[in-house]
Amino acid sequence: MKNYYINGIGCISAQDTSKENFSFDNCNELKNNIVAAFKPNYRSYIKPALIRRMSNGVKMGVVASSIALNEANIVEPKSIITGSGMGCLKDSEKFLENIINNDEQYLTPTSFIQSTHNTVGAQIALGLSCKSYNVTYVHSATSFESSLIDAMITIDESTQPVLVGGVDEIGPHTTALHKLVNHVKKENDFEKGILNTYSKGAVFSEGAQFFVLESDKNNNAYAQLVDVTIFDNLKVNEVEIKAQQFLKDNKLQVNDIDIIILGNNGDIDFDIYYDELQANVFKDTQQLYYKHLTGEYNTVSAFGLWTACKLMKSQETPEVLKLNDKNLTSINYILLYNQYQGKSHSFILLKKC
Amino acid sequence: MNKGVAITGMGIISSIGNTLEENFQSLIDKKPGISKIKKIDTIHKDVIKVGEVDIDNAALIQFLNLPESNNYSRTALLAEIAAKEAVKNAKIKDINQYKTGLISATSVGGMDKTEKYYYSYFEENKNRKYIDAHSLGDATSKIASSLGITDFVTTISTACSSATNAIMLGARMIKSGKLDRVIVGGADCLSKFTINGFKTLMILSETDCKPFDENRTGLNLGEAAAFLVLESDSVVARENKEVLAYISGYANANDAFHQTASSENGEGATLAMKKALDIANLSPNDIDYINAHGTATPNNDSSESKAILRVFENNMPSFSSTKGYTGHTLAAAGAIEAVYSILALQNDMVFPNLNFNTPISETKLIPETEVLKKNINHVLSNSFGFGGNCSTLIFSKKY
Repeated sequence: MKNYYINGIGCISAQDTSKENFSFDNCNELKNNIVAAFKPNYRSYIKPALIRRMSNGVKMGVVASSIALNEANIVEPKSIITGSGMGCLKDSEKFLENIINNDEQYLTPTSFIQSTHNTVGAQIALGLSCKSYNVTYVHSATSFESSLIDAMITIDESTQPVLVGGVDEIGPHTTALHKLVNHVKKENDFEKGILNTYSKGAVFSEGAQFFVLESDKNNNAYAQLVDVTIFDNLKVNEVEIKAQQFLKDNKLQVNDIDIIILGNNGDIDFDIYYDELQANVFKDTQQLYYKHLTGEYNTVSAFGLWTACKLMKSQETPEVLKLNDKNLTSINYILLYNQYQGKSHSFILLKKC
Repeated sequence: MNKGVAITGMGIISSIGNTLEENFQSLIDKKPGISKIKKIDTIHKDVIKVGEVDIDNAALIQFLNLPESNNYSRTALLAEIAAKEAVKNAKIKDINQYKTGLISATSVGGMDKTEKYYYSYFEENKNRKYIDAHSLGDATSKIASSLGITDFVTTISTACSSATNAIMLGARMIKSGKLDRVIVGGADCLSKFTINGFKTLMILSETDCKPFDENRTGLNLGEAAAFLVLESDSVVARENKEVLAYISGYANANDAFHQTASSENGEGATLAMKKALDIANLSPNDIDYINAHGTATPNNDSSESKAILRVFENNMPSFSSTKGYTGHTLAAAGAIEAVYSILALQNDMVFPNLNFNTPISETKLIPETEVLKKNINHVLSNSFGFGGNCSTLIFSKKY
């Protein structure tokens, strides 16, 4: 087994995270139930002729990956691994609506071609003329973590640098369907902040986060990725056991963890998974959250990792992320835990490098 | 690090059979499963031919003994049947006795339900249970629950090479020691979405598809599911397991040429085959049979022929595409053809390429057109997908 260093990171989200001097201090809590990503100046990353043809997800993925590669000073990665829980939703919806509305007639192939879940990874490879390993994970809220696990094996096999990330876009019809089954919060829920909505569902949003992983650290290195694990189903009382087992597997104890970053999204039915960890085993640990800034999408846990990288490098703990307040002298280990609707649980462990 | 990746079980459901035995029988009887579409009401039903599984959803639900409240898509139903057959075939008694994972693949997922209830979801509550069944990971999670798998569970989607990449990840996870055992494969059902998608690309054949024929007219879509059980050397030794075959080589490369078309000289495919041979530590003349991707589209078969010639030069082994039997089963294809490759190894037999008459003038490759008995030690299987995804697996009797 080799070491895995995060040498470059790039992020598009509901906040202006692609800005060079981004600061969490300038972030605003989301005040709506459906929030589109903050649009960067795509023209500074992508040729104008190409922008027009790219879907939102592809644009976000291309820009986030290009920022990460630039930071790591990598021209061509040797592996491209992408997570996308829902894939290219807008093109899927568009093609399907044309089929239904026109009774299977007068169709053109463009939206079908761009609808496959691996379009973002493929377009990144095409843009970089990268002919090596390319794969896309589509397993709900552990799509990104599946990608990270593959990235670690890929580095062990020496097919690096690895470009690994997660991307998901809002699809208007899909969001409307999820409103029907109370997966989306009501519009007027947000006066006291997302964690005090006491209602079902989450804020639906979108974004892309990409990372460059290598076995050696460069001058820009953010952190060392120590380990990742996923579980499809856990009961509330099993999370604590799995968290402790995960730390034990990595020869650590709870008090070695300086920060735990949690995926609380204000869903009254499922934040209990986080409540358990907050109230018990990690009660003396600095607890942070981020979904009040990003909303929920299947690969949003990649924003959690992006946040962890920022904090590890700056050794700062922004107020806006705090769930509690502990005095931290230094940040050596960060643990991330996320789940969505009581399923798709993941732990990610980072170490200072 | 584990050295060998043993295959100890397999399961399959396709248009040529509902079980492993039925599939094998159809292969040696040269009995294709291509017909007019029966279960989907599409305006194209009189002009296209498909490889449709000959059981309706109600019967599949009954066979799996699911409650009426279930929200299985057809993809999930097919997947669970094949995965359960694979586990049974591997004679697994306690699934969690070893660290066991599940890696599935799909491109359609629950699209069959979404396209059916797309607008009516808003009007009535009754079918809303299928909203959550749309996502591609849904079928995988259902099988994991049903089999009692609690460890690593994930889903891959790289269009038509998806299941090949699922099998490859499984092999890599066994080799790296991250899992002791893993169930790998894929499933896709027919849908209006894919029928119309391929129709707009003008690559759907109106007749039985003719892989590698000069006068090929495109592909027949199919639906299917197949799974393999992979186990590490130590599990095989401890359980004294019968080994069906080994996965000796695997590779994934990208054509980086076009979102849907393959490059003219098959660059990505060539890279994938060469790398898989490297990993298996084999040379091209060790390969006894190539189970080609061979979709019967003008572009794929021309590009794949050139790639095969670049790799094998004057040492062409026997080769065939089995898509004349099953149609192109999209994300499942790599798993279906993995099962057929293993059957070829077990029975020392090359399965025929149906409907072939005239070689492609430029490459002149002639596939096997009859069942051929010969000693087979290594089979190479290709799968390529949209997005330039090119993947190759090599199956071997021994490693």
